[in-house]
Amino acid sequence: MIQIKDLHKSYKMGKNSLHVLKGINFNVEEGELVAIMGSSGSGKSTLLNILGMLDSSDSGEYILDNVPIKDLNETKAARYRNKFLGFVFQSFNLINYKSAAENVALPLYYQKVPRKERQEKALKYLEQVGLKEWAGHLPSELSGGQKQRVAIARALAAEPKVLLADEPTGALDSKTSYEVMDLIQKINDAGNTILIVTHEPDIADMCKRIVHLKDGVIIEDKKIEQVRAEQYV
Amino acid sequence: MFNRDRWKEILEVLSSNVFRTLATSFGVGWGIFILIILLAAGKGLENGIRADFGDIATNTMFMWSRNTTMSYKGLPKGRRFSFKLEDVQAIRDNVPNLRFISPRNQLGGFGGGNNVVRGLKTGAFNVYGDYPEIIRQEPMTITAGRFVNHNDIQDKRKVAIIGNGVKNELYDQDESALGTYIKIQGVNFMVVGTYQKKDDGGGEEGQKQIYVPFTAFSQAFNMGNDVGWMAITAQDGNSISNLKEDIVGVVKEKRKIHPDDKRAVGYFDLYEQFNRVESLFGALRWVAYFVGVLVLLSGIIGVSNIMLIVIKERTREIGIRRALGEGPWSIKKQILMESIFLTIISGMIGIVFGAIFIYGVNAVLDSVGPVDMFVNPSVSLGVVVSALVILIFSGLLAGFIPAQSAIKIRPIEALRTE
Repeated sequence: MIQIKDLHKSYKMGKNSLHVLKGINFNVEEGELVAIMGSSGSGKSTLLNILGMLDSSDSGEYILDNVPIKDLNETKAARYRNKFLGFVFQSFNLINYKSAAENVALPLYYQKVPRKERQEKALKYLEQVGLKEWAGHLPSELSGGQKQRVAIARALAAEPKVLLADEPTGALDSKTSYEVMDLIQKINDAGNTILIVTHEPDIADMCKRIVHLKDGVIIEDKKIEQVRAEQYV
Repeated sequence: MFNRDRWKEILEVLSSNVFRTLATSFGVGWGIFILIILLAAGKGLENGIRADFGDIATNTMFMWSRNTTMSYKGLPKGRRFSFKLEDVQAIRDNVPNLRFISPRNQLGGFGGGNNVVRGLKTGAFNVYGDYPEIIRQEPMTITAGRFVNHNDIQDKRKVAIIGNGVKNELYDQDESALGTYIKIQGVNFMVVGTYQKKDDGGGEEGQKQIYVPFTAFSQAFNMGNDVGWMAITAQDGNSISNLKEDIVGVVKEKRKIHPDDKRAVGYFDLYEQFNRVESLFGALRWVAYFVGVLVLLSGIIGVSNIMLIVIKERTREIGIRRALGEGPWSIKKQILMESIFLTIISGMIGIVFGAIFIYGVNAVLDSVGPVDMFVNPSVSLGVVVSALVILIFSGLLAGFIPAQSAIKIRPIEALRTE
């Protein structure tokens, strides 16, 4: 699903340049649930941004679902993001003047899905995350866990190839975190490929594979026995 | 463009801070309001002055003879001459694109003595010997009977068409003038019509005139072939101002006047006067647009400013949208439409208030009676349409810089903003 070869990225800060990613190589198969771990400054968020086409790499190869991702202009990047990727952010990033259902329907709008179908799909995905009754509520009326579930529903709505989650539980207490992880595991069980950036070991243990980043290189890449989140809920 | 979600979003954004939206739109509305008022005031002035011109054929010159000031072909200077009937034909033959050439003769005049008698009543009136075409150059309404016609000219009939002012002085209130006789300098003419001229500000003078056939006039008052003066109208699309040199030239040649003698033939170019006034109107309109658009500009800058602030506030949202796959064009379109929508709505409000204001001014004008040189200030549909075009254009202008800055934000930076 994802093939990355020798990925480099550095940021220029005045005269100095900061080499953040120093040759990353890794592959993700379809249906995997991968945790990308590392301390802050290890380059994990940069890696996720490049995977999410929110940022570009300096050199290296990135192939997503057999499509080489290169020479992106903004229009093309937007189209690929919409088609291939679903995002879940630490701070939820819901649009606060739109209801839960409208937020979920947003990526479908950019796919030019007809209005009625959009609403139906939005409700379907809200139901999947258990928030159908909250469809008409604004984000400000939802709890943190509910917001994150709406965000997950939104990420799923476009039926992306890969779900990218940047510290999805970072702003949640541990109980809610496990609920969200339970949801993510169930989505993964349904066959979706998911990448999670996290620095919490217990969250990483709930994935099927852990990739450890340190100072811009992968120092460890291992498959693990998944801890089910269900038991904590 | 007519996308329900887009419109919903525009309304949501604009209504999220109602006071700010209102304050912003006030600037644009005010600008359009001023523009409309200025244009209407200009139009009012124009209408007022145009009313003074009446429906006189404005593409007209008047030409009369004076004394020569240069000797020519053995003739002395200071010679008194008069146009002849054959000059009219010569002009007709030599100068193209003329619509009417009316030779005229005149008796009486301002402050003249009594020259018209009917029974025991007398009066002093201007008496004109005219061709039928004069009614096209100096419009009047025939209130009874008819005007001079070509049979009158042909047969030199002694008939007269009198103004209502003349009728009031020479006839009793309920008496019919048609078929009666009046004596003009001792010669009897039968009244065959009465006319009414549009009040052109000249008071009663215009109503106190008598028109008789040119030929009958010449014969009755011993004019021979003489022509006192001429009223010449060019065809539409040809300016009399361009033709007048030719006309004067033809007459000078016929009357043996030195070609360089500028003072022998007097003329008055109505069209030139009219054009001068027209260009004044043009200048007024220009000033109105200039001032109005400048005022509008400050409103537009206000809109542009607010849009920039809105984008600053929505940076994060724009980042989210782009992460979800919204293309830069869509974002740009959204912001441009918001700005155009805001300018058009506030401009419309300005137009409506302007219209109400003009309506009020008209109502006041109506109730206090006519004001000199100011009639019916109004704006035409054309002005409203051009105001709309200006608004759409300015909305685009106001939204352009903010939209540009919105798509310059990279999604990753937008998302980083907390």
